[in-house]
Amino acid sequence: MSSPLITADLVDVAVDATDRDAVTRRLIDLLVAAGRVTDADGFHADVRAREAQMATGMPGGIGLPHARSAHVTEPSLAVGKVPAGVDFGAPDGPATLVFLIAAPDSGESAHLQILAALARRLVHESFRQSLKDAPDAATVADIVTREVVPS
Amino acid sequence: MKFVAVSSCPTGIAHTYMAAEALEQAGAAAGHQVVVETQGAAGSVPLDPAVIADADGVIYAADLEVRDKERFAGKPFVDVGVKKAVHDAPGVVAAAVAAVESWTPADAAAAPAAASGGPATKVDSNASVGTRIRQWLMTGVSYMIPFVAAGGILIAISFMLAQIAWGKTGVVDVTKVPLDHLLNSFDAGSLKDWAAVTFQTGNAAFAFLVPVLSGFIAYAIADRPGLVPGFVGGAVSVAIGAGFLGGLVTGFLAGFVALWISRWRVPKGVRGVMPVVVIPLLSSLVVGIVMFVLIGQPIAAAMKGLSSWLNGLSGSNLILLGALLGAMMGFDLGGPINKVAYTFAITGLATTGLAQDAVQYRIMAAVMAAGMVAPLAMALATVVRKHLFTHAERENGKAAWLLGLSFISEGAIPFAAADPWRVIVSSVVGSSVAGSLVMAFGSAQRAPHGGIWVLPLITNWWLFLVAVAVGMVVMAAIVIALKSAKPNPIVQAEEAADERAELVGATV
Repeated sequence: MSSPLITADLVDVAVDATDRDAVTRRLIDLLVAAGRVTDADGFHADVRAREAQMATGMPGGIGLPHARSAHVTEPSLAVGKVPAGVDFGAPDGPATLVFLIAAPDSGESAHLQILAALARRLVHESFRQSLKDAPDAATVADIVTREVVPS
Repeated sequence: MKFVAVSSCPTGIAHTYMAAEALEQAGAAAGHQVVVETQGAAGSVPLDPAVIADADGVIYAADLEVRDKERFAGKPFVDVGVKKAVHDAPGVVAAAVAAVESWTPADAAAAPAAASGGPATKVDSNASVGTRIRQWLMTGVSYMIPFVAAGGILIAISFMLAQIAWGKTGVVDVTKVPLDHLLNSFDAGSLKDWAAVTFQTGNAAFAFLVPVLSGFIAYAIADRPGLVPGFVGGAVSVAIGAGFLGGLVTGFLAGFVALWISRWRVPKGVRGVMPVVVIPLLSSLVVGIVMFVLIGQPIAAAMKGLSSWLNGLSGSNLILLGALLGAMMGFDLGGPINKVAYTFAITGLATTGLAQDAVQYRIMAAVMAAGMVAPLAMALATVVRKHLFTHAERENGKAAWLLGLSFISEGAIPFAAADPWRVIVSSVVGSSVAGSLVMAFGSAQRAPHGGIWVLPLITNWWLFLVAVAVGMVVMAAIVIALKSAKPNPIVQAEEAADERAELVGATV
């Protein structure tokens, strides 16, 4: 079994950046530090390319930058809370909760099931609220690990 | 209600699944069942066909092309894109419910085929009755033309080869080579055998003409359910000698029968087998009975009458027919009247077993010559009387040469649009001259399209060219005369500007 989708190292509960690019970069740096992304600039470019196709902001203050990329070693999730809010192109305003999903380019499908399960959980208001309420990084990681189970 | 849905997104790791979850949740919340096939990166498990069969409607929340979309054909659907499903799943589910409730099986005919990329039709569902009848007809004709082209050109080529191989009697001899001979002792060194193979292949293509015409008229009317009774009706029509007239009748008959049956309100259990079994079965039977028992005989007689009328035409009558068809070709340059004349010629080609210079082929030659005249004449006029035309028209004139030579009457439309009555009057006269001359010269043509590119297939092709050239000169002369009588202010302004430019150029 590979390592969990998220650990406390991959959560920043107080991102102080105010634009989409900088917030994304902050989360990418977490993934690089954890050894899950090999090339910060390369992965960032892939995320930007995806973001350019269709903004990933969702109603309810959620930003969801993501990409499949050759620079990703395993399916990973980094979470940032942005108290000041950051625009991710959602119709109802800025995002305060940003999920960066990193998927390896070559991952076989079984590997990606975990991300599918994550995406499904993200739709649930209760899941998002519990993450917003979580006081610290460890709690965020715990909630995700507990709730996101591949079907 | 029960829905099936397909979700997909560019990356295939997030929105695909969010949309699926959101739709399932929103459906459950509203008391409906939604089963989603996620066509994402984590692999996609196809929906159980039983689930699809059982579903009342389909939701497409897909930003990528839906895989195997034909599985959902015939069901009411909404197509919303993945983002809408993520952001407003309850709204999407409500829209899907509304789509099911307002659905009539007639929509089943029109919508899914369009969505799944079925064969295109020329039908605009908002048009008037007369327009729609013409569109149904033209859909059938447009699918038939490639068969006419392939078959006609192959047969014409085989006749050319045969005349080299056998001499003068070649066109008869080539039709008598037994199939057995080709199958068992084909000689690659024998020109006769090649001619015979080409002939048989062309003949096989020709056998489809009436069924394709009938089938696609029915398709235009009733969509996919119309295809089977349409084709069957066309085949029956051929079998009883009712030819293309019968094919026209069976096309419309099959279309409306299929449309009517597909509108029946049937229990859900039967709905699944309607398009596959019930509609084709019943509609074919109805068309078959009507043709064999009721109207087939009179139509066959009418067809025989038309054929013998055409074949009985000679001398001045034929020339008149050529003039009339030519005038029609030149009148609206690709519009409805032009198409009526063209369709008349094309359907004549569908008559099988004609001699090489049968009237039907002479009509085709006359129509083709007439259709080439207008663009050529305008091109000629822009060359010999430059100062009568705007700069844009002179440019159009260059393209019109090629369009005219290729029998694309539409090449003259830019000129006709700018100055309708002068161009159309001259076009009607010139095209009519070409049409009647071709009739007088006796050129015949089996290919439905192509202009000079099918010249080798036209009998007496040099006379055909003479007819086109005379028509072209006549029309050019008339248009020049008419335009000279009343100078075009735009042209004068341009001329003046040119002169100033030249003066400036001279002083510099």
